[in-house]
Amino acid sequence: MRYRSVTAMLAASAAALAFAGSAGATDLEVTHWWTSGGEAAAVAELAKAFDATGNHWVDGAIAGSGDTARPIMVSRITGGDPMGATQFNHGRQAEELVEAGLMRNLDAVAAKENWKGVINPPSLLEGCMLDGHVYCVPVNIHAWQWLWLSNKAFADAGVKVPTNWNEFVAAAPALEKAGITPLALGKQGWQEGGLFNNLLLAIGGKDLYLKVYQDKDAEAAGGAEMAKVFKAADDARKMAKNSNVQDWNQATNLVITGKAGGQSMGDWAQGEFQVAGQVAGKDYSCLVGLGMPNATITTGGDSFYFPKLADEAKSKAQEELASVMLSPKTQVAFNLKKGSMPVRGDVDLTTANDCMKKGLEVLKAGNVIKSTDELISPDTNTQFNDLMAEFFAKQDMSVEDAQKRFADIIGSAD
Amino acid sequence: MRSQSERPNPLFRNLNAKIASIPMVLTALVVFVGGTAWTVLYSFTNSKLLPRWKFVGLDQYERLWSTPRWLVSIENLFIYGALSLVFSFVIGFLLAAMLDRKIRFEDTFRTIFLYPFALSFIVTGLVWQWLLNPDFGVQHVVRSLGWESFTFNPLYDRELVIYGILIAALWQGTGLIMCLMLAGLRSIDEDIWKAARVDGIPVWKTYLFIVIPMLRPVFVTTLVIIASAIVKVYDLVVAQTGGGPGHASEVPAKYVYDYMFLGQNLGQGFAASTMMLLSVVIVIVPWAYLEFGRRGRR
Repeated sequence: MRYRSVTAMLAASAAALAFAGSAGATDLEVTHWWTSGGEAAAVAELAKAFDATGNHWVDGAIAGSGDTARPIMVSRITGGDPMGATQFNHGRQAEELVEAGLMRNLDAVAAKENWKGVINPPSLLEGCMLDGHVYCVPVNIHAWQWLWLSNKAFADAGVKVPTNWNEFVAAAPALEKAGITPLALGKQGWQEGGLFNNLLLAIGGKDLYLKVYQDKDAEAAGGAEMAKVFKAADDARKMAKNSNVQDWNQATNLVITGKAGGQSMGDWAQGEFQVAGQVAGKDYSCLVGLGMPNATITTGGDSFYFPKLADEAKSKAQEELASVMLSPKTQVAFNLKKGSMPVRGDVDLTTANDCMKKGLEVLKAGNVIKSTDELISPDTNTQFNDLMAEFFAKQDMSVEDAQKRFADIIGSAD
Repeated sequence: MRSQSERPNPLFRNLNAKIASIPMVLTALVVFVGGTAWTVLYSFTNSKLLPRWKFVGLDQYERLWSTPRWLVSIENLFIYGALSLVFSFVIGFLLAAMLDRKIRFEDTFRTIFLYPFALSFIVTGLVWQWLLNPDFGVQHVVRSLGWESFTFNPLYDRELVIYGILIAALWQGTGLIMCLMLAGLRSIDEDIWKAARVDGIPVWKTYLFIVIPMLRPVFVTTLVIIASAIVKVYDLVVAQTGGGPGHASEVPAKYVYDYMFLGQNLGQGFAASTMMLLSVVIVIVPWAYLEFGRRGRR
């Protein structure tokens, strides 16, 4: 293991040196939506590594969020003003752009640097491929399946900190009695949808998850197993009744200040705890896979795509950027700042904190599954988030109704 | 015969003016009419991220009208539209009439009332999101003054949220309406007021039966401005509630944007925007017919 990582490092730096020797300084604009403090620091690592190859990273940050940035990126690419490289989430967001032949393939770099061998889990590279060609570089893994708990809130309520979702639900009345909102949940469809999918994976299990999202099996989506998940979502709905916030970080803040018991949100929430100076295990607890047995995580995250450019020198610089992004050194530097997990298993992350280590263990054990971004189209995802927004806001909407509509969406999904 | 040939062809009358307006006519035809026709046409396809010509008939419309979120959007637009129209007019006119009574510090008041209009809808939305937040805003202030049971929480109540948005919209928009009305009131001849006073007509009656009918052109302008603002309301909702809680404050423009760009489903977005266009046409056409048709006959 150790030996392998050293050779990989040597190989990568040798490659970087070779490139640096051959190419002149080329400006390459890279668009992304990483603008918060931690994200900007992470992206600076990528820029630093790319500049070190003798090229120049032109930062094209688009403020807002992915929802704001993606339409701008897409219209620039389709409108004939492509950037050098652009971020998208793993999955199907750029699918049609690739199909339309607007993105270049990276087969040469991928073969030379043996991406097939180093990228872990392999499903990430598969997500980048269309008809056997590689079109993107995955740079990090963000997992959704976390439950963040405030130790202070449970101490105030006089119950012990739960170790799984069921205990959390059981502790809810005690929390409520102490005037604490059991579950913090931002009232936005994507957060409610994310929570629901976390429950689906933790309670329904891996097989059900795949049946629903991969096979689009409407019968499974309307079946008895799925009803259990909806029951859990109903619990969550009641627990989050008094959570009057919108943005996810406002919800995380409720947990940090002990006003809420817990929040189910992806690992990016951990950055908020760190900024607030809280220590994992002491001030807050984290449960991967919501603490349920056989914790499985989805491997969502970010990838970079490279639009086809006419300029020879820029095309060359694109290849160098792709190679730099995957190099072990950049992977470590970038992901430590970002709070995400690296896309290659052969790098060493001893400085990661306890929560991140839990995630890495699950990753190492191979308990990973494709994220919904990779399995269903953005259209289906929007419909699903709409349904969840309605379900979590309408306390009187029956579980059966919601499940029936969920099955309809899955039945017509693409 | 001779007299007829001497009469200029109406097509060439004001030839210079017609040539000068050709660029604008072309822009209108190509960009507005052409773009609209293109959108309507592609709403019958299953275009996803990129427009593609694969005809699917009325599928997009069937899906649209069976989507609860769209139905809620339409309902909200009606509630918001009707109330916003009425209250903008009434409040705007009352404010203008008060300023018109030659009060002291008129300039100051006018500035205060008009200031919110200088803010964008995004800023307005954020300000009112905090003001109406139960834990930080009005409810919190009143409760901390001692009235513990006071409840004012429109943004997190599905039934009330659209009124929370209405409050913010009125706060922002009535200043402009007031200014338009005030300009209209100032253009009323002093002699009319004098004549009314001589005849012993009370002030409120003068306003109601003499001044308001004279303000008809101003009212029409105001109506167009308010109506267009209603149909395109989007940013205020995004900033204030994001469409929540649930779908309770969704509006059609937001549905169009969300499906076109977030859902990457152009066909669905086009179908929704076509329905928006249709609703505008249904309102505008009879009105334009009445307004301009009559003038033509006059």
